[in-house]
Amino acid sequence: MSEWQPKILAILCNWCSYAGADLAGVSRMQYPPNIRVVRVPCSGRVDPLFIMKSLQSGFDGVLISGCHPGDCHYISGNYVARRKFAVLKPLLEFIGIEPDRVQFSWISAGEGERFATVVTKVTEDIRKLGPSTKLVKKL
Amino acid sequence: MSSIIIDTSASRKVRELLRFLLESGKIDAAVTMRKIPEDSSYDLALITDASNLDEAVPIVPVMTVNAGQVLSSISTSGKKIAVVLKPCELRAFVELVKREQGSFENLLTISHTCGGVFPLDLVAAGKIEELLPKYEKIISKGEVPANTRDTCRACEHFIPMNADITVAVAGDCESGKGCVMYLNTDKAEEYAEGFSGERGELKFDPSALKKMLDARLLEKEKLFASITEDGPGLDRLLDTFGKCIGCHGCNSVCPICYCLLCDFESANFDYNLPYFEEHLSRRAALRLPPDTIFFHLGRLTHMSFSCVGCGMCSDVCPVGIPVAAVFRKTGEKTAALFDYVPGRDVEESIPVMVYKEEEFSDIG
Ligand code: SF4
Ligand code: SF4
Repeated sequence: MSEWQPKILAILCNWCSYAGADLAGVSRMQYPPNIRVVRVPCSGRVDPLFIMKSLQSGFDGVLISGCHPGDCHYISGNYVARRKFAVLKPLLEFIGIEPDRVQFSWISAGEGERFATVVTKVTEDIRKLGPSTKLVKKL
Repeated sequence: MSSIIIDTSASRKVRELLRFLLESGKIDAAVTMRKIPEDSSYDLALITDASNLDEAVPIVPVMTVNAGQVLSSISTSGKKIAVVLKPCELRAFVELVKREQGSFENLLTISHTCGGVFPLDLVAAGKIEELLPKYEKIISKGEVPANTRDTCRACEHFIPMNADITVAVAGDCESGKGCVMYLNTDKAEEYAEGFSGERGELKFDPSALKKMLDARLLEKEKLFASITEDGPGLDRLLDTFGKCIGCHGCNSVCPICYCLLCDFESANFDYNLPYFEEHLSRRAALRLPPDTIFFHLGRLTHMSFSCVGCGMCSDVCPVGIPVAAVFRKTGEKTAALFDYVPGRDVEESIPVMVYKEEEFSDIG
């Protein structure tokens, strides 16, 4: 059998991180093929429930990425998102999800290279943690 | 601001105040707890005619519904209403006003230092009357009655925040010794003008309740420890919420859960054939109904920072899940991130609706 590959959901905002991913692609940068991308209008659109639902649905990890603070297309969406994620973090801890499974990063449209680096790091972090089965089996 | 010495039982004095307000036409209605003599039970009542006040027991350690929740549907009627609330009910209403679910404009809020309320099963069993004398004795000593709701015993916010009128229930309240009514706002002064009772200039002194505060904090520590005895984690979560039958009673009585259509009752959580097919393709078995535990995680992320710890949710849970204790404990953590205290100040925004540019630099 081939080696286990983590499956990671990447929720990217339309204006920065998705464009960053695009740039990484057209620049032919290499990064692990483990992410599945969902494009959202803004990181502020991400209900923390999406993240937990993804883990429950069998994803081994989730990466959420939006514009850098201060650069939001909608001015403040990512600031509000940051607060929602701040609330989610202790909760994930409370339910015993390893902090590295859910990661946040700010990536601009021009940062194709940063996108590739982040995805590589997140994939490696989650590979180390192994498959996420807890929520899948029991919730 | 002035004070009124209470020369009778605190509850009776508040009833007199309500009567005065109704008879003088200063208010159109009063909201207060009421005793139903026929079956020795209690309810929360909206009373418009002073002759119906005889059965009112404004201060009683019973909460059949969080009054803050009820107020949200009547506070914007344009009528003037005086309402007697427990401190956590007032805080719940503050949270609702922040969410544009009510208004203080036409309300006169009367609250009191709170010794905690009895669980509803004791109310339903008709036991309150016989429990009251001992209850009053215990709280007058600054101790914590053992048979009240767990989150009440662990509640440090038993002194009302922002009430127009605070009734300090202390000492021997049945005979009225030591009880004082404090008029905290201009509104209170205005409404109480002409109401009988010896006036003074007493200031409410929270330090007199230090002993009770210490006792409560100790209880809180114990309660919080009991929630994650063997550390947090999924197994513990399953232990706690695994029994949930998904009746959603806990959120229907929660004053903070005001959404007309809860996400969990919306089409987002419609379980149809594709849902089952999709899930069963990856999971060998599925809990039915699905998402009973997930529902709690959702509620925790959506509103735990606003939980006032009223204990309604635990009290109605048919399978005995300590919902309120979990929400209080988690809520304290999530609220602390923003230095937030639910219900402290109506001008303070809900933490996830505002932001600072420089904060949480560890995220992202
Ligand atoms: S979660 Fe429970 S304790 Fe907290 S406010 Fe809602 S009903 Fe009250
Ligand atoms: S009241 Fe109890 S059984 Fe019903 S949904 Fe809430 S926790 Fe589950």
